Amino acid sequence: MKTRDLTELAARNLREALLRNSLTTLGIAVGVASLVAMLSLGVGLQELANKKLSKSGLFDAVFVSSRANQRGFGRPAQSETATREPAKILDDEARQKIAALPNVVEVYPEIRFPTEIQFEGKPFSTTVAGIPPSAKTEGAFDGMKGNFFSSPDADEAILQIEFAKDLSNQPDSLIGKNLVLRYAERQALPAEPSPKKSDPDKPSANSTDEVTGQSPGFSILPREKTFHIIGIVETEPATSVGSFGRGRLLIPMQVAEILRVAQANDLRGLLRRSSSKQTYESLTVRVKSPSQVKSVEDAIQQMGYGTFSLLDATKSLRLVFAVFDLFLGIFGSLALAVASLGIVNTLVMAILERRREIGILKALGAADRDIRRLFFAEAGVMGLLGGIFGVTLGWLIGTALTFGTNVYLHKRDLPPIDLSSVPWWMVASAIAFSIVVSLAAGIYPASRAAKLNPVEALRYE
Amino acid sequence: MTESANEVAIRTDRVSRSYQMGDALVHAVDDVTVAIRPKEFVALLGSSGSGKSTLLNLMAGLDRPTSGAIFAHGRNLAEMSSADLAQHRNHTVGMVFQAFNLLPRMTLEENVELPLRLAEVDRDERPSRVREAVERVRLSARLTHRPSELSGGEQQRAALARALVNRPTILLADEPTGNLDSVTGDAILHLLQEINESLGMTIVMVTHDRDRAARYAHRIVTMGDGKLLSDGNKI
Repeated sequence: MKTRDLTELAARNLREALLRNSLTTLGIAVGVASLVAMLSLGVGLQELANKKLSKSGLFDAVFVSSRANQRGFGRPAQSETATREPAKILDDEARQKIAALPNVVEVYPEIRFPTEIQFEGKPFSTTVAGIPPSAKTEGAFDGMKGNFFSSPDADEAILQIEFAKDLSNQPDSLIGKNLVLRYAERQALPAEPSPKKSDPDKPSANSTDEVTGQSPGFSILPREKTFHIIGIVETEPATSVGSFGRGRLLIPMQVAEILRVAQANDLRGLLRRSSSKQTYESLTVRVKSPSQVKSVEDAIQQMGYGTFSLLDATKSLRLVFAVFDLFLGIFGSLALAVASLGIVNTLVMAILERRREIGILKALGAADRDIRRLFFAEAGVMGLLGGIFGVTLGWLIGTALTFGTNVYLHKRDLPPIDLSSVPWWMVASAIAFSIVVSLAAGIYPASRAAKLNPVEALRYE
Repeated sequence: MTESANEVAIRTDRVSRSYQMGDALVHAVDDVTVAIRPKEFVALLGSSGSGKSTLLNLMAGLDRPTSGAIFAHGRNLAEMSSADLAQHRNHTVGMVFQAFNLLPRMTLEENVELPLRLAEVDRDERPSRVREAVERVRLSARLTHRPSELSGGEQQRAALARALVNRPTILLADEPTGNLDSVTGDAILHLLQEINESLGMTIVMVTHDRDRAARYAHRIVTMGDGKLLSDGNKI
């Protein structure tokens, strides 16, 4: 029998016992729905975690240090010989070289310093951190009040909420006001044999660029700069490894660099080298996506610097979610297994009911194969319809869960999340799985129907 | 052992069919040898339980003999695969039953089309084949009716059209008038006679009605207790 005739006959048979076949199909649909709901929840949570983590700015970053033997999470220590090589200096030249590597978004040093500010005449001590432009997309700035820096070199500041509370009882009212940052500027000394003090009135940005490598030291000058408060952020963004949430007053990275604030490692650098050229203890390299971290890391290691990334940590996270999905999948499959018993039951009942019809078909020339395919087709159609209906139902359940969760989150003033996710591959594989399970459930009834003795079947009333 | 298709349409050669019923072995057909020539109208006569229907089922390829051989146009049904037997039922023989055996939820047209579906006949060709078969049994006006909307005689004519639609060479009829009143039954037998004469179709008809067998068939084969009692005598 041709497939089209087979399908027509199968569809006709399904229509004839409409209620029973609908209930069986509904059973499959519920099974598929539970599978899809479970998996969509698993995938949704995984995507949520991935999104949050990639937005944390930790997984698309490579941390570069001048030491070549940096250890990473789960990464074996490099050979002992590496430690004996002289440390390579991380200077502006190296910074530009790294920035020129493919897939690198930006390279910035870690700038964070404790200092004092003046606000409405009162002094407050705090920690200032430089924030790179790429941090705008990070999760930390998602729910912020006010705005992110209008430009990379704007004299603007974002306050961390706890610090904002220190400044005022009504933190929101701070936006739009000004504060004065007081800091110590590091100013390189000229290369003359008898070093003389720089003119304090001279703008700092012009002086150090002229300094040559022969200059052996620098002086420290107190400075003040006014910043415009433009935003308040809930969490403290991490700008580098080991600096989680230590900045409470955030200013643009470019502005922070121009300030040339004296930092702790300047003194050590002075003792170690003869040069007063700007060097960095470490640099953070932001990469376009976490998948490119490895290649960028390798390229920087080739240049002779130590690198560190959290790539290995994401691997174990993926493993955890794979196991989580597997468990959810197993629970979802149980419902489908029960549904497949429903198919077996329905088709076995159909054999009893249609005994005579099978006998007639055989008398008219239907081969065993035709009968088997007919029953298979019926099981397959129930699987297909149940699969489509089940995916829709599962998607609705996931959407309802997301909606319910978001209502709950909204009541607590938390941002909404996508709890469940039904990607196209899940739709396709759930329907395919439903058909396969239905066909497997149809094997026994179909072969039993095919083996029916036509003489006995025709005698049956 | 093969036979030329011209000499014999269907032939049984010492065929037996027995089956277990509880502890007893029942010999439904016991060592029967009978030959039916092409275009012959043979009545298989016997009382109930004589084995005539079992013999007919063996000829139809619905059942397999315990021993012996059955040749249809020279091919031994006993040695055929079940798929080949299905082909035999579909192409070589057409069957008519006492209980009509139409599928109740299909229209007359759909019932008649069924063997064409099984034979994988081209869809474009099917309507004309169905019409031809239905015209032959004079049921053209009832094409869209379901079996429950047809009289007994009409149902048997529909079954006859279904048996003819694949143009088989042999028609096997199992008590075709058993569920019909005498007038309608005679009309069906007239139709069989007409088909036998106009199409030259070989007909084997199982019946227990000796009188009718004598009136319509060319030859009467009598069975009793699974054995062949007489062959060829119009009594």
